[in-house]
Amino acid sequence: MTCLPKNPSGKKLGLVIDLDICVGCHACAVSCKEWNASGQMAPLTDLQPYGAKPDGVWFNRIHTFEVVEPQTGASRTVHFPKSCLHCDDAPCVTVCPTGASYKREEDGIVLVNTDICIGCKLCSWACPYGAREYDEDEGVMKKCTMCVDKIYNENLPEESRVPACVSTCPTGARSFGDLGDPNSEVSKLVAARNGYGLMPEQGTKPVNRYLPPRPKKLGNELAPRLLEHVDDSANGAGVLARWVDKILSA
Amino acid sequence: MHPAKSVIFFTTTTGAGYGLLFWLAVLAHRGLVGPDFGFGLLAFGIAFTLVVGGLLSSTLHLGRPERAWRALSQWRSSWLSREGIAALLTFIPTVLFACFWLFWHNNSGYVAWLGLFGGVMSLLTVYTTSMIYASLKAIPAWSVGWTVPGFLVLSLMSGAVLASALAAVGGYGAAALWLVLPTLFFLAFGLVVKLSYWSKIDRSVSSSAETATGLGEFGKVRLIESPHDQPNYLIKEMGFVIARKHRTKLRRMVVIFAFGLPFLGISIGWFAPDIVVFLTLAALGFCAVGVAMERWLFFAEAKHVVTLYYDT
Repeated sequence: MTCLPKNPSGKKLGLVIDLDICVGCHACAVSCKEWNASGQMAPLTDLQPYGAKPDGVWFNRIHTFEVVEPQTGASRTVHFPKSCLHCDDAPCVTVCPTGASYKREEDGIVLVNTDICIGCKLCSWACPYGAREYDEDEGVMKKCTMCVDKIYNENLPEESRVPACVSTCPTGARSFGDLGDPNSEVSKLVAARNGYGLMPEQGTKPVNRYLPPRPKKLGNELAPRLLEHVDDSANGAGVLARWVDKILSA
Repeated sequence: MHPAKSVIFFTTTTGAGYGLLFWLAVLAHRGLVGPDFGFGLLAFGIAFTLVVGGLLSSTLHLGRPERAWRALSQWRSSWLSREGIAALLTFIPTVLFACFWLFWHNNSGYVAWLGLFGGVMSLLTVYTTSMIYASLKAIPAWSVGWTVPGFLVLSLMSGAVLASALAAVGGYGAAALWLVLPTLFFLAFGLVVKLSYWSKIDRSVSSSAETATGLGEFGKVRLIESPHDQPNYLIKEMGFVIARKHRTKLRRMVVIFAFGLPFLGISIGWFAPDIVVFLTLAALGFCAVGVAMERWLFFAEAKHVVTLYYDT
């Protein structure tokens, strides 16, 4: 049923992405691809992977933006990973004519049942964030599953039961948890750092949150000089070097 | 948005077919066309070919056309689903009306009312089609108030031009004459609606790269590195730029072909009954080209907000 859950449990599993920490290494995208290529949404078809125009299904993409402050001209580089935001008011779910697209009542994860999807692509038109992917080979739509086959997998050690993008991030820029619970670690992090959702004007009520870059230190103060000044005169050199210097300087 | 040929064909042909079904019922109701088998066969043949052909072509862009029947299930939330159901239900009164006309030689009285009911159902189906697009907030050029009138008025307009041509060809002078004013009215109304639509979408401000990234408080946002060095699905499906580049020229051509030349043809035909067949057929030809261009432009110049993440 593509109506949104009538009695949501209040649990909202989501990601918190720290734009201050992310270095844009694309490890999350690669790890996502690796896990999901054999997971619930498998396969993530690649077309011409080694050809002239490689193309394929990805659930996670990293954009890099330059943000220029108009007054000072100071610029900063922000690496920006983007995947499904598992919106509370997910337009990709309600437009689906078949019931293939659904939002789980128990944890708010948005999924696609690829067994009944007709591949009309309307959900990808409805999503403002580009979270929906069309698998040309299978003729159906695919999307981020929040690694639903990993986070609940009791065969994995407890610390591994987080989405692949989170467990792989080398800088710890990604956190995972219940954003519906105000006392969860992720909710506290969002509150402490003024985390925000993307394009609120679209009315989709995204669950995932982004933490803004920390204020940049502006001004003329230079970093303290930690190294001893190198003495480039010959006075401190050895006997031989001083002798060579004397002859050559003559 | 990428203008898929199957969807352009689908929305224009079903629009004209449903419009024609509406006007046939009006002509029968007013007693301007009798239950003539030959004319009925030609008119309903064209109307149902357009509607059925359009509906079938809409399944061509599906990744899994064999599962198309599943699209009827989610009418509670999905306009696409509602459209499928409306299209199927519309066949009941319209096919019954055609059967009465063709096989029982009756198209007046309660049969005409049945036909009118089918005409209203036809317009309702066009409305559900337009709502598929009008309900997508992520495409600001579609989620404006002028989208729905655009589809409805162009359906009635192309149906009226088609009915005028058929009445002229079939030798129904009185019907052709009666159709002149409604046809001219809808040609003019169509132009007003499209001009209003264009001025609206040119003026509307929506999301920006700053709101898309949420980085607006730090300054002006510019993409410096795309996620891939090749175009991905999103860029290919939503990042169509050719129409936006030539929008002024293309809009001028739509005005001339869809509205201007047909208006000229139908109005001259009013005063020149000797060449009315040629003039209405010419009007129909121009109108078909113009409406196809209008629909291509409707898809192609619409910009999806996901493109804000890609600088296209």
